[in-house]
Amino acid sequence: MDALFLARLQFAFTIGFHFLFPAMTLGVALIILISETLHLATKDDVYRKITDLLARLLGLIFVVGAATGIVMEFSFGTNWSQYSRTVGDIFGPILAAEGVIAFFLESVFVGVLIFGRKKVSPKVYWVSALLVFVGGHLSAFWIIVANSWMQTPAGYEVSAMGKVILTDFGAAVFNPSTVARFLHTVLATWITGAVLVCGIAGYYVRKGLHGETARTMLKIGIILFAITPILQLGAAHGHAIQVINYQPMKAAAMEGHFETARGADIYVFGYVDEANEKTYGLYIPKGLSFLYNFDFNSEIKGLREVAKKDWPPVNLVFQSYHIMVTLGGIFIGLGLVGGLLLWTGKLYAAKWYLWLLPFLIPLAHLAHETGWITAEVGRQPWIIQNLMKTAHASSVVVSAGEIAFSLIMFFLIYLLLSVMFVFLFVKIVKQGPAAS
Amino acid sequence: MENIQNFQILWFVLIFILLLGYALLDGFDLGLAALLQFLGKTKEEKDTLIASIGPVWDGNEVWLITGGGALFAAFPHAYATAFSGFYLAMMLVLLALIFRAVSMEFRANDPVRAGLWEKALVGGSALAALLFGVALGNVIYGVPLDGRMEYTGSFFTLLRPVPLLFGITGFAAVLLQGASWAVMKTEGQVQERSFKAAQTLTWINAILAVIYFVVLFNAVPNLPGNALFYVAVVFTFAGLIGLFFSLRKKNDAGPFWESSFSFIGLFLAAGAAQFPNLITASNDPNFSLTIYNSSTSLYTLQVMAVIALVGMPIVIGYALFVYRLFKGKAKADDHY
Repeated sequence: MDALFLARLQFAFTIGFHFLFPAMTLGVALIILISETLHLATKDDVYRKITDLLARLLGLIFVVGAATGIVMEFSFGTNWSQYSRTVGDIFGPILAAEGVIAFFLESVFVGVLIFGRKKVSPKVYWVSALLVFVGGHLSAFWIIVANSWMQTPAGYEVSAMGKVILTDFGAAVFNPSTVARFLHTVLATWITGAVLVCGIAGYYVRKGLHGETARTMLKIGIILFAITPILQLGAAHGHAIQVINYQPMKAAAMEGHFETARGADIYVFGYVDEANEKTYGLYIPKGLSFLYNFDFNSEIKGLREVAKKDWPPVNLVFQSYHIMVTLGGIFIGLGLVGGLLLWTGKLYAAKWYLWLLPFLIPLAHLAHETGWITAEVGRQPWIIQNLMKTAHASSVVVSAGEIAFSLIMFFLIYLLLSVMFVFLFVKIVKQGPAAS
Repeated sequence: MENIQNFQILWFVLIFILLLGYALLDGFDLGLAALLQFLGKTKEEKDTLIASIGPVWDGNEVWLITGGGALFAAFPHAYATAFSGFYLAMMLVLLALIFRAVSMEFRANDPVRAGLWEKALVGGSALAALLFGVALGNVIYGVPLDGRMEYTGSFFTLLRPVPLLFGITGFAAVLLQGASWAVMKTEGQVQERSFKAAQTLTWINAILAVIYFVVLFNAVPNLPGNALFYVAVVFTFAGLIGLFFSLRKKNDAGPFWESSFSFIGLFLAAGAAQFPNLITASNDPNFSLTIYNSSTSLYTLQVMAVIALVGMPIVIGYALFVYRLFKGKAKADDHY
């Protein structure tokens, strides 16, 4: 195995693992903010208990996210030094801005949220919840900016030396995919938060634990779970159109669409035979063209527009995308069912539904991961779309053996972190809100 | 050209400040954690010590993240050369930082294995502090580089005596930060032990500082003519002398500031020795990475300067606010 392959494997593994945690952080921060706002407004102790339980969980989630996040910042220098040398002008400021504008805010006030209940007034505590929410989302914004710039670069020129030079910071930050991808990602984290709280509270209610606190927690969770997947449908649609417009080869890979055509099909599920350039499966004729601009005969570019060596791994992108979309559909359906059960007053007695809720937690993460794989693998072979190939981005002085060592190291550490995280998460949940 | 040089110098200073902020702030929590088993004997005592850094360590670590981001933004070649060149050392830094971060949380929630997580906290904190010092020692003392700005040494090149000495000097300064923070934040027996540890560490720091300044003075060509170097020496020894008397008088607030003052002196000397180099080439001075040959464009440096000069005062403002919220002696049951 060569160094480039190992470096890619290490990045995929470490970012895939890291991504689980900020996704939960943002979702939980939203629900803490809601619960703490209600606590401040009503003075009802039930909300305080919900916040305290979630703050304990946030402490665990945040620390694993922060610890695995440093690995990502280091990795651009350690494993992708050619990339860093080439795009330092643009990528560096975005990461630095994330630190100054966002991550400081989140990290400093997370300390107050976890340790400050007995030390600060309810108002200062509420402000801390707000600032953790704001800081976390700003942090996500800058990270999405960095990634979006790799998808749809803007605000730059290429110097005679082959360096990418920043010419317009505003244009680089608000490049064509930033807003669409930010909305899509943030809504995904809110769904994750909603599902997480529904899973925990659903378990309590089904077991008859923690009475009013559990029911209130479930109510907050279900209301969010009924709303956020529908909002996501809109955001996802907008993002998909943006991908078709700006990264047509990624869009073509997502649907296994080979030949540029008017009236392109959309697949419900299927399989892409890359060697023979054929896609099999259940499809809706002309569906893709219709969803693009509500015209069954609009033109959608196919993969054959570019040389085959410039295609991403088509079937992997296709399958990841379709798993994500299917999960999105499941969330919309189950969210609406939950909203209906709450509306009709049957939620707390609907054992089958409450039983189902904890299983949605890993599914939300699966949706995140497959969405991320679609976005990143779909961009290949480019590290920056049409500007720099992934193959030219890795460090020249780092050997395959060194990366093999670090990859095994990260694998073992992250295995340990996963086991401990799940163990302690379940433990805190079982201790329940009364313990805090 | 004149203009970009001003911004390159500004960014050298700003990154210096970010790394200094990191050393002083994460310094005290790494140092305290590394000394945990010396300063605390019972579980309650150790809980108290950890409670004194619990609410603030994660904010302190962001100084490193921001410093790294700023280095990437202002001098991407230095960032790329050092991080890829010192690959295995950087992986060990990550290993250490991961364990010191998660072990506090795991220790609090997993009493059965608390002893194991405690060792991970002590080991991770000590290793991170030591490695940062050795890494800085190497970029100052110089490492072999080639004409493409790439590192040509190996992992063992980093372990030469002089960089190791610099690393141990930094490590001792971090331990002193930790002990003097503990003096400020604890009471009773833990504080007694912290006073003793700080006293011993003051002497160790004084001896190491003398060696450090002498070696640095002889290793760096233009340093003897640099006034800043002498200011740095005065800072460090003024801090250490102040520390000596504060500790004798059992003053609990002074030592942390005096320890910080002495640490600033060590850093200032390093900065004076290093300017305008970022990574000194030991084989050929022409291969050194300097602020002039490693920086991004003028526009990027300007944009970043605006973000940093507006953003950092705000950050420092709310960080001070949160430190004030947690002021006073730490208690074992502060957690949650």
